[in-house]
Amino acid sequence: MAIDIPRIPLGDWIEGGLNWLTSEYSLVTRAISRVTQTGINGLNDAMMWIPPWALLAIIALLCWKAAGTRLGIGAAIGLALIWNLGLWEPMIETLTLVVIATMVAVVIAIPVGIAAALSERLYKTIMPVLDFMQTMPAFVYLIPAIPFFGIGSVSAIFATVIFSMPPAIRFTTLGIRQVPLELIEAADAYGATRRQKLLKVQLPLSLPTVMAGINQTIMLALSMVVIAAMIGADGLGSEVWRAIQRLRPGDGFEAGIAVVILAMLLDRLTQSMRKTRKS
Amino acid sequence: MNENRNVKIRVRNLTKVFGNNPKKALEMRDQGLRRADIFEKTGQTLGLSNINFDVHEGELLVIMGLSGSGKSTLIRCLNRLIEPTEGEIVIDGENIPELGDKALLECRRRHFSMVFQNFALFPHRTVQQNAEFGLEVRGVDKRQSAETARNALKQVGLEGWEDALPNQLSGGMQQRVGLARALANDATVLLMDEAFSALDPLIRGDMQQELLELQSRMQKTTVFITHDLDEALTIGDRIVLLKDGEVVQIGTPEEILTQPADDYVRRFIEGVDKSRILTAESAMRPVRAIAREDDGPRTVLRKMKENSIDSIYVTSRDRKLLGLVDVDAADRASKDGKDTIRDSMTQDFRSVGPDEPMHNLFAMFSERSFPIAVVDDDQRLLGVVVKGGVLDQLAQAGDN
Repeated sequence: MAIDIPRIPLGDWIEGGLNWLTSEYSLVTRAISRVTQTGINGLNDAMMWIPPWALLAIIALLCWKAAGTRLGIGAAIGLALIWNLGLWEPMIETLTLVVIATMVAVVIAIPVGIAAALSERLYKTIMPVLDFMQTMPAFVYLIPAIPFFGIGSVSAIFATVIFSMPPAIRFTTLGIRQVPLELIEAADAYGATRRQKLLKVQLPLSLPTVMAGINQTIMLALSMVVIAAMIGADGLGSEVWRAIQRLRPGDGFEAGIAVVILAMLLDRLTQSMRKTRKS
Repeated sequence: MNENRNVKIRVRNLTKVFGNNPKKALEMRDQGLRRADIFEKTGQTLGLSNINFDVHEGELLVIMGLSGSGKSTLIRCLNRLIEPTEGEIVIDGENIPELGDKALLECRRRHFSMVFQNFALFPHRTVQQNAEFGLEVRGVDKRQSAETARNALKQVGLEGWEDALPNQLSGGMQQRVGLARALANDATVLLMDEAFSALDPLIRGDMQQELLELQSRMQKTTVFITHDLDEALTIGDRIVLLKDGEVVQIGTPEEILTQPADDYVRRFIEGVDKSRILTAESAMRPVRAIAREDDGPRTVLRKMKENSIDSIYVTSRDRKLLGLVDVDAADRASKDGKDTIRDSMTQDFRSVGPDEPMHNLFAMFSERSFPIAVVDDDQRLLGVVVKGGVLDQLAQAGDN
């Protein structure tokens, strides 16, 4: 039944392209790798230098200030549990990866999102790319990350940035596009330049939406950082990974619960920031 | 009265086509096709076609039309929020459609302040910061712009609300902020796009009155868009009536009411409360008879009898109004053997200027039965208004 059409060697092409990139840009990738690794180590060391009880208190206080008593108490209990389970160091490692990946993603995503909001052509080009980035199974990004950046945290960051960036871009674009036309007209009518319009009207008004995008990015980053344990990223993910390999469901769930606690804290914290901005 | 005023904005042959092939639409327009036909054949909408009018320095010009008449497009062409397809808009010697990006920015900053139908206040800025917007954009020194904005807010009665956010204010107050934002900017022309249409009727009336007060104080050149004829007639010095993207009539409220250009305008003005717009001048009649102060009582009595009137206005040689003599006083003077009626005059009558709105005259008639004298600024008698005249004029206007 099969019609004899030669198979398109799509995979070979992609591999060829990736190999070419790896060899041609090895200087660049190595430089990125070094910088990122330094950043990761620095932040990690800084957070590990603070005694767990102090960091716990700081985070709980922050949550209490930003979102009220309930989140403050929840943060204290949750973090204390993680500490008690002996997962403090992997938790910090995971948090470091999430923070750095999110920062990189946001730094790239917001300008891209703004540009896409202002240029119809860029918008039309970028949306299918974002669809691709988001729907491609997350594991796939891990494979090319290794030849680029080697096994370890930098590759994890690379894959995480790609996977978690789309919502920040999308929400930024959406936020700017949904600024009411009348307000744009008002800014224009009073002779605002494009830059003034962006800084004084479009960005402040899209901030709640942008924050929602950043919240999504953080959540995606967290999920990806855990998966990235497969290519040797440290943190809670590698605890889970080890538990799988040794068939120890108890350990796996302990680490999993730590991930859940971290996720909830990050989510509630960024959401509360978004709400205070809004009011 | 307005003809010799300086022209602030001159609009000539202004045309706007919405669509990607304006040339085709313009050709068809020049062949005499109507807007609907052009749309059907080309998909291009002829938003404005060959608009010509002037805005005079210091006047409040109302552009009025129903929805779809192109009035919003027109006001947006003035400051190029919408790009005109063809035509000239000249303000102080600059042709706006020809300006480059930078010059346009400058032109908008210097010449135009705009007030919007739905206020268009920036929700993330306080009332004060909203009022400062135009100055801030222009790079005016912070302290100075804060001061100017505070003054503008004071002018519109919003003192004490500086730190509120727009959504904490009522609609009327929000539009006051919009107005303050425009006033603080001190541009030479104020553009008001259906500025009061979103307000409820009572507030709207107040705002109209306040605008008129501001206008009499500041004499700011204003272009005001509205779909409401009553509003146009109340506040406009002159009115440009638009229909289907074309000018139907340009004139003072009174001209529109008394000399409608065509059936469309005539249908339009049906149901307007005319007494608010018509003035003493339009109901005034020429004086049939006047007396001189050195006329004898008998002469005066005869003049009254010939014209079957029971009172007569007395003027000097150059028609300056001196007083009024009624038939009883003249009769008494005659019996007393007086030489002239000089001592029989009374000042117990009402005189008004020609611009006095007619609805003010009703009250005067209820307190005095004499005709009302209409005088110019030098107290020269122009004519009289009798009770019947007012009613006639209203009835006539109502018939049209």
